[in-house]
Amino acid sequence: MARSISQRRKTINTVLAWSLGLLIFFPILWTILTSFKTEGDAIAYPPKFLFFDWTLENYAIVQERSNYMRYLWNSVIIAGGSTLLGILVAVPAAWSMAFVPSRRTKDILMWMLSTKMLPAVGVLYPIYLLFIKLGLLDTRTGLVIVLMLINLPIIVWMLYTYFKEIPAEILEAARMDGAGLKDEILHVLTPMAIPGIASTILLNFILAWNEAFWTLNLTAAQAGTLTAFIASYSSPEGLFYAKLSAASTMAIAPILILGWFSQKQLVRGLTFGAVK
Amino acid sequence: MKMTLRALLGASVSLALAGGVMAETITIATVNNGDMIRMQGYTDDFTAKTGHTVEWVTLEENVLRERVTTDITTKGGQFDIMTIGMYETPIWGKNGWLVPLNDLSADYDAADILPAMAGGLSYDGTLYAAPFYGESSMVMYRTDLMQKAGLTMPEAPTWAFIREAAAKMTDRANDINGICLRGKAGWGEGGAFITAMSNSFGARWFDENWKPTFDSEAWANTVNFFKGMMDESGPAGYATNGFNENLSLFQQGKCGMWIDATVAASFVTNPADSTVADRVGFALAPDNGLGKRSNWLWAWALAIPAGTQKEAAAKQFIEWATSKDYIELVAAKEGWANVPPGARTSLYQNPEYQKVPFAKMTLDSILSADPTQPTVDPVPYVGIQFAAIPEFAGIATDVSQEFSNAYAGQQTVEEALAKAQALATEAMEAAGY
Amino acid sequence: MATKASRSAARLMMAPAVILLLGWMLVPLVMTLWFSFRTYLPLRGGDQGFAGFDNYVRFVTSSAFWPAIGATLTIVLGALIITIVLGVLLALLLDQPMWGQGIVRILVIAPFFVMPTVSGLVWKNMFLDSVNGLFAQVARMFGATPVEWIIDQPFASLILIVSWQWLPFATLILLTAIQSLDREQLEAAEMDGATAWKRFWHIILPHLSRAITVVLLIETIFLLSIFAEIKMTTAGAFGTKTLTYLIYQRVLESQNIGLGSAGGVYAIILANIVAIFLMRIVGKNLDR
Repeated sequence: MARSISQRRKTINTVLAWSLGLLIFFPILWTILTSFKTEGDAIAYPPKFLFFDWTLENYAIVQERSNYMRYLWNSVIIAGGSTLLGILVAVPAAWSMAFVPSRRTKDILMWMLSTKMLPAVGVLYPIYLLFIKLGLLDTRTGLVIVLMLINLPIIVWMLYTYFKEIPAEILEAARMDGAGLKDEILHVLTPMAIPGIASTILLNFILAWNEAFWTLNLTAAQAGTLTAFIASYSSPEGLFYAKLSAASTMAIAPILILGWFSQKQLVRGLTFGAVK
Repeated sequence: MKMTLRALLGASVSLALAGGVMAETITIATVNNGDMIRMQGYTDDFTAKTGHTVEWVTLEENVLRERVTTDITTKGGQFDIMTIGMYETPIWGKNGWLVPLNDLSADYDAADILPAMAGGLSYDGTLYAAPFYGESSMVMYRTDLMQKAGLTMPEAPTWAFIREAAAKMTDRANDINGICLRGKAGWGEGGAFITAMSNSFGARWFDENWKPTFDSEAWANTVNFFKGMMDESGPAGYATNGFNENLSLFQQGKCGMWIDATVAASFVTNPADSTVADRVGFALAPDNGLGKRSNWLWAWALAIPAGTQKEAAAKQFIEWATSKDYIELVAAKEGWANVPPGARTSLYQNPEYQKVPFAKMTLDSILSADPTQPTVDPVPYVGIQFAAIPEFAGIATDVSQEFSNAYAGQQTVEEALAKAQALATEAMEAAGY
Repeated sequence: MATKASRSAARLMMAPAVILLLGWMLVPLVMTLWFSFRTYLPLRGGDQGFAGFDNYVRFVTSSAFWPAIGATLTIVLGALIITIVLGVLLALLLDQPMWGQGIVRILVIAPFFVMPTVSGLVWKNMFLDSVNGLFAQVARMFGATPVEWIIDQPFASLILIVSWQWLPFATLILLTAIQSLDREQLEAAEMDGATAWKRFWHIILPHLSRAITVVLLIETIFLLSIFAEIKMTTAGAFGTKTLTYLIYQRVLESQNIGLGSAGGVYAIILANIVAIFLMRIVGKNLDR
């Protein structure tokens, strides 16, 4: 009896969740489907869902027009570099905030977050002038630094909340055993913190990947990322739905695939101290 | 490794050129229009001829404008050539930010550039940017629908005729809108259209004392006429339609008429993209009998920022890209209908090009536009669909947003004009006029 | 028990992050403040001298200022409410036993990976467009008149797009929180005859309050500065010009750096008001 009720509930849950999931995913699915249509089919009425002449033409056109691999590589380097650099800076800071808190810890955290609230366009000229002085315009190094700084507050905060969940008793036990600060971090904390660090890396990689203001405004021919790639398709002449879809699919596919493979990691660590 | 390879390659090419300039790599910022995309495809021809290589930065129009403006005003030096328009060129030229193009080679034949284009791309008589292609605006209409409506399009229609024809061609049941026009916010979108249109209604942006004149009757007539006609015969949601949206609608056969850039003629008559390619006619942009038509004048041109280290190579590129030879190269490979139009007089004297259906009307439209005397009443500025002062882009974006709100019915035309007047006055006072 | 040594070591370890962020904040901030007191017009040759408080007065007295604040708050609040309410419901559902849970979770997270520019473009052209958009086509199939979404419902359209992008984030965090709930407590309540609603209201929701606060804080930070979605859909028309968008227009369209910088300072002030307000709630919740 109880079993059949739970079976029925499970069925209802499944149907409901799948419908909602597909509804949320639909815009992406539709974009991917459209990228395989001819421009005519893309705006056909009534809309064609699956039964149309599948074509790779749009991808060929997009590939011919722009050097996709260079944009992709730049995106990988810049998103990856800024995330790793950010982690290097943030781990010690978050560690000390979590385990040696002072009265000002919370204020410092909040202040760090508040630096994210300055609208980017408001500081475009200052940063641009600074980049000219430092010779960082259109370099991947420059963007790695900027994106690292932009996301640093989120990284610190995420790690801080994660570290705080590690029971202090474990550390004390390690200290009793005579472990130094280095051992404490390397052999006790780090293994425990790996899931948290992993999901922090993932989240920041995604945020850096999708950053579209600085990556567009501080680059020219050398360091342009996929956001610059998209900016050359955003309103071309003529019928453009299918080509736009192809370019969009190419821009989001790498990060989507990465996200899917790592979603378990992402879910496990994405708590921001929300779980106690 | 890569570097040495490139250096070696460069060295061998420059040796091959025997005494030519060193091979360089130039960076060019350009807009993602069809003609520019085509030009990128021919870069190899330029490299073969000069040994220089090219890095392209292709961006959507608005992004491009922001990007190059930031770079030139801060002297960032990211680009060796920038693609700019008639609005930027005189302002930048005046500030000394561009390399004068008055020493181009004799082969290039600078005198062949259409005078209207050369005029709009010069400051104080010096050419600062070479037109890659030029455009005016004109009426494109469906010959079959016009016939069905029992009307004949005159070569130079009036606004009254256009409105009447639009109403008669409209067939909502079959998804046909009599007329499609730009209503989208942005000074280069709906702002450009309504400004050019206002000239034919006797309106102007500023009077001789730089006072905005949105409180004038002529402006009220312009915007009311536009909104009235579009509400009667325009497509749903026209307040968000710009060039691309309208092009797409016209190609799908959903517009009876479309008044827009002359370059669109080659897209709507191209059977590969357009379902109505064989049924398109052309006419001059309408007027009201006041002596000014509603067509604009624009050129996408190539300019060299002052201070670039690669000025010689950049000049070579400009001479290549805007030359007669380049036009012939494109004509030979893709047909005359696809060459960049509106830049050179000789193109319109070419008997082959004269066979292209829209060639004559494009030239007539360009010739009937005069940026130095754009309006019925005198004005202190140059430019038809814009006023070539630094403040214009900002003001016109605000103003066009107010107009779009009125098209959408969120405020009346009178409210929009009053707000436009206040915004423009505020900005002009701030700028010290 | 932190020793003196570990305290100073802690300071040392915090130093790089703090110094970097301090620099990142101070350098642009000082430059913004400097520019905001200058008449700085790049197209007129750059710095034209001291402007006093002119830029500040002009920015705040502009007829566009208060509507921009209103538009900003509307979009931020709208998206926050939708993502949190739907996020809680979705998280509750995803926590239930079902077939293919992993795949559903993947489907739900996907929008988070889409760049704002792409999602603005795709939504505007392929869904909301009143002629060729899918919504209009579906409406026509049922014989209804298509809604002109971006024109008639500009805020609803924008909130829809932004919520779609941020719902995955909210759902993920809330789901992690729900999964840490004490199951025995719930079962005991069920035994005692507590209805589903009562269990939700008295046990689940209080348990989620921390997670909700976190979502609130992080999303607010990102939502205050949304830009690409507006640019791609309404281009600032129909009353959707937010403070960020207004500053963008002043800096890049009007090329008035002084005025734009003053706007930037106002934006910092607004952000800090919101931050203090949030800290009141968040701080309390996080301390618990």
